[in-house]
Amino acid sequence: MGTPANRPEEAPYSRKIIVRYSAEIVDKPIVYRLVKDFDLAFNILKARIFPRREGLLVLDLVGTKENFDRGIQYLKESGVFVEPLSKRVSRNMDRCVHCGACVAFCSTDALSLDRSTMQVHFDPEKCSGCEICVTACPARAMEINLL
Amino acid sequence: MKPCKVTKTYREINEKIRRRKAVVVTAEEIIDIVDRHGEEEAARRVDVVTTGTFSPMCSSGAFLNFGHSSPRIKASRVWLNDVPAYGGIAAVDCYIGATEVVEGDPLNSVYPGEFNYGGGHVIEDLVSGNVIRLRAEGYGTDCYPSKRLERNITLKDLPDAMLFNPRNAYQNYNVAVNLSDKTIYTYMGVLRPRMANANYSTSGQLSPLFNDPYYETIGIGTAIFLGGTRGYVAWPGTQHNPNVPRTAKGIPREGAGTIAVIGNLKEMDPRWLVGASILGYGVSLYVGIGVPIPVLNERMARHAAVRDEDIVMNVFDYGMDVPSGNPKSLGEVTFKDLRSGAVTLNGRKIPSAPLSSYFKAQEIAALLKERIEKGEFFLGEPQWTLPSVAPDKKGP
Ligand code: SF4
Ligand code: SF4
Repeated sequence: MGTPANRPEEAPYSRKIIVRYSAEIVDKPIVYRLVKDFDLAFNILKARIFPRREGLLVLDLVGTKENFDRGIQYLKESGVFVEPLSKRVSRNMDRCVHCGACVAFCSTDALSLDRSTMQVHFDPEKCSGCEICVTACPARAMEINLL
Repeated sequence: MKPCKVTKTYREINEKIRRRKAVVVTAEEIIDIVDRHGEEEAARRVDVVTTGTFSPMCSSGAFLNFGHSSPRIKASRVWLNDVPAYGGIAAVDCYIGATEVVEGDPLNSVYPGEFNYGGGHVIEDLVSGNVIRLRAEGYGTDCYPSKRLERNITLKDLPDAMLFNPRNAYQNYNVAVNLSDKTIYTYMGVLRPRMANANYSTSGQLSPLFNDPYYETIGIGTAIFLGGTRGYVAWPGTQHNPNVPRTAKGIPREGAGTIAVIGNLKEMDPRWLVGASILGYGVSLYVGIGVPIPVLNERMARHAAVRDEDIVMNVFDYGMDVPSGNPKSLGEVTFKDLRSGAVTLNGRKIPSAPLSSYFKAQEIAALLKERIEKGEFFLGEPQWTLPSVAPDKKGP
């Protein structure tokens, strides 16, 4: 575990995350393990310990995608609550039935119906992240990406 | 009705299918053929026209038999993944309805309710081969002493499972708008205030019952594409009503025909049965249906050549009129306009959005065409066609 993936051609993977943890975990060296076991560099953007000793950290993690995913897995297994600082909405193509219902509620045209093929297209560039589609898509094809 | 020059029988067409000589086209392709060659020549050339629709269809569900346990139970209350199923049928039979919501769902108490899981999803999970938690309670009898049963099941383990949908494939349906000044969440989807969008749910020229508007070839025993496999029309669907105003070409201007359909759930495919969560309304099931229309004569060729501009639909206000039980039409629009992305109502241009997947409807029509061409799917001659209008009221 923790062998740095030595692939120089790979661009560094960087994500900002919010970590919340309860008083029991405050004393565990979780951030230290992220560095040591998963070879992730980090910047602490914000750190707070609340009166009841529960804590909040906003971290900018840099490493490889693989180590990042494993690091997040480790955090979740240690009982801390991890959330991406910026969420992204994406479409699960396996679930989309191209019904076109989203045309009625996506106000940015990120979801649009091509009238010649009658297929629905998703353009992440146009998406405002309003998340309306996450519960309004009847097939539950629109998902919030946590990472 | 004048006598037809071309007359073919189901038997003749099935014989051609058997020899892989049948000429099969989709409901989109027949339009051009009739245009170019006329309906009589089209009827000579083409044997079958395939249609398709894929839409959330309430009034769907499945009868399941889950087999006897030891000791035996007369399961009077049944849950599948915590979704109540109706158990008052027999000891180990139940019916899981598409719109039943999972127990403990907050429903609309957190408005608009999300309705993430229900009967439609149980059916999708079953056909996907997923494990379902079956829970049953009985009151105990001398012959069925057990009072509780809990077991994991998959569709494979069930002795029998049939999809039986009492009302599907509505011939025509309302277009929904919202005249009120707040967003509403309906079975016709999200409707933004002051008529900001118009929602509809049909596949127009591809839709089964628009292609045989008087149900001359559709009735009990008509073989259809249902959920990916061969199913049948079992009966006229509930609310079937042929006697509605129609256009000169016989296209109903409102609801009209429906079909009750049946098929073996074990042969079905989650591509064509998808659970639906309709925000603020509830759960349902997307059902894929395709009906092959035999071109028995030039009359059927003409009917099957129906096009989007021939189809008119009435617009209703779901903000006030429909919920209060006083629906009055705000005007008529054509399916052609709806499909183009905007309709004009009282001089105002309103963006339109479907609930029904035209793309999947096309896929179904193409798949059914392929199966018939390959000699894998035969026509089922109806024993009795659906109730229609009196013969003298039928159009040309
Ligand atoms: S509403 Fe959902 S399933 Fe329908 S087209 Fe949009 S993303 Fe796809
Ligand atoms: S998050 Fe909002 S903007 Fe993005 S696709 Fe969904 S509805 Fe459209």
